[in-house]
Amino acid sequence: MIFYILRRLLFLPVTLFGISLLLFLMIGLLGPYQRLATFINSPERLKGVDVDKLVELYGLNDPLIVQYGRWLKNVLQGNLGWSYVGKEPVLSAILKRFPYTLELALFAAIPIIFLGTSLGVLAALHHNKPLDHGLRIFAVVGWSFPDFVFGLFVLMLFYGTLGWFPPGNLSVWAEEIVKSPYFRSFTGMLTLDALLNGRFDVFLDALRHLAGPVLTLTYVEFAFLLRITRSSMLEVLRKEYVRTARAKGLDERVVIHKHAKRNALIPVATVSGQTIIGLLAGTVIVETIFNRTGLGSFIALAATQLDYASIMGGTLFFGLILVIGNLCVDLSYAFIDPRVRLE
Amino acid sequence: MREETKKALRRLFSNASGVLGIVLLGFFVVVALCAPFLAPPKPGRDPYFMPVVTWSADPLPPSWEHPFGVAGKRDIFYGVVWGTRTAFRIGILVTLASTAIGLLVGSLAGYFGRILDEVLMRVTDIFMAIPFLVAAMVLTTILGTGLDKVMIALVVFSWMYPARLIRGNILQVKEEQFVLAAKSLGVSDLVVILRHVLPNAIFPVLIQASMRMGSLVITAAALSFLGLGAPQGYADWGALLNYARNWMLGGYGATFKYWYMIAFPGGAMVLFVLAWNLLGDALRDAFDPRLRW
Repeated sequence: MIFYILRRLLFLPVTLFGISLLLFLMIGLLGPYQRLATFINSPERLKGVDVDKLVELYGLNDPLIVQYGRWLKNVLQGNLGWSYVGKEPVLSAILKRFPYTLELALFAAIPIIFLGTSLGVLAALHHNKPLDHGLRIFAVVGWSFPDFVFGLFVLMLFYGTLGWFPPGNLSVWAEEIVKSPYFRSFTGMLTLDALLNGRFDVFLDALRHLAGPVLTLTYVEFAFLLRITRSSMLEVLRKEYVRTARAKGLDERVVIHKHAKRNALIPVATVSGQTIIGLLAGTVIVETIFNRTGLGSFIALAATQLDYASIMGGTLFFGLILVIGNLCVDLSYAFIDPRVRLE
Repeated sequence: MREETKKALRRLFSNASGVLGIVLLGFFVVVALCAPFLAPPKPGRDPYFMPVVTWSADPLPPSWEHPFGVAGKRDIFYGVVWGTRTAFRIGILVTLASTAIGLLVGSLAGYFGRILDEVLMRVTDIFMAIPFLVAAMVLTTILGTGLDKVMIALVVFSWMYPARLIRGNILQVKEEQFVLAAKSLGVSDLVVILRHVLPNAIFPVLIQASMRMGSLVITAAALSFLGLGAPQGYADWGALLNYARNWMLGGYGATFKYWYMIAFPGGAMVLFVLAWNLLGDALRDAFDPRLRW
């Protein structure tokens, strides 16, 4: 166990190094002049400037390995460059936006895990009956819905027609409160900060803005969890100890909730962890559709504006979060299920 | 045909959702093949670009002339029909290419093991560490617009999944008696891999490929939706949905009349992905009953 953790921790920097190299090689596909162009935001600024000299000055013609070393040194010092999209240094742009994205992912995780597991158990208990088939169809259709299609529908119905869930992070009036000096930012997550500041109205407003994206992510993502829960539950229900429990004459509810469900949910726990991590990446589309500020929409915007510093920084940050998150999930699995011996 | 394969095929065709998937796919194949008749392109123009049919930027509701309406000055029906070809092209080419690369990497890693395995699997980890959509987005941005660029980006970040699967299967098959027997008879490594190991590990790969087809097409469309990838006016479902995006933010009470901008391209996408998912599910049920859900 300890050996496994050590090995994983040892490979962590290797993987991160690999991600940075991969990203840099991708950017390296651009020629030095193209990369220079990303530093210039208007043609006027090129007047009377010797472009070749600029390329020389920034060392864009140096061998890639030298440029990589220079870039990596900067990254390790926390200098990710200047973001045109965010109009501030990339790192602070990322750190400002990440709490919004994390907040969205955490809020979406609640209904996904709750619906996925409870409906999965329900489907397994009604194995091959109409309810089971109905849930399967509901799930496979949700699973086939691209998030941007479903998101547009949610926007059309719940914003455009009913006026319930507006796009964006906050209403204008709430935004003014949040930006005022009396509102202290503790976590960067709007709902939590609002509660900590005792502004229940801001909290409700933030929640209202979260509803649309959460609804979208839930329907698109819960299907997978339902699947896993259902098959795991079916497997457990066939186990000897369930039969023993029934043979002892135990109440069926006790058999299901105490004996079967608890064991069936063990594999579900890992998948739930992975789902939350996956949700962070899933925000790229949802945040863009609902016009929300966040890391996902930041990267999407940077990609359409060819803001390479932001793209690199954002992607690197995503990679970091994912790698660490996955490690935590894998390790926690061993603690949840003592039968697992990691090698 | 082997008896087992026959049985599996019979199981496939007796599975209602599998049959539904096949029928849906058949429908899309017919639409793709008949595109020139369903939505005749203007002579001399590249049929994959949707012609501009109006000068007003406002969307037009479905009419006799434009059965699915008009979005972004373009006929939605034309875009949906020709977009079927785009979807098939992306799905099939990317799946073929990534499966081929995955087969190569996976077989090398699984069969030869040791250091080669360790190195290849760490490389796989690195490629998988960046979220698929983000990675594809970054590479597409760098390569520039064009469907070919999108496909390259998708291949670069999707070969790892078949590679891992194949490696796992090979590790299993490698220790089987018939492989050991072939080896002890002095059969060369290449022949052992091609004749004995791969055929026994191929079905899971096919099933996975079918399941992945849906997510590949979604990702490609997502890129077009974000305005990356397919060039302006290219017949692509994601690009059509992109036209709808700004109108949906139009404000309270103003959006429902634009339902057709989402419903037709969105419906086509959902059915297309659903078809592949149903087929993949049914294939798995038929060929690998252990994984039944």
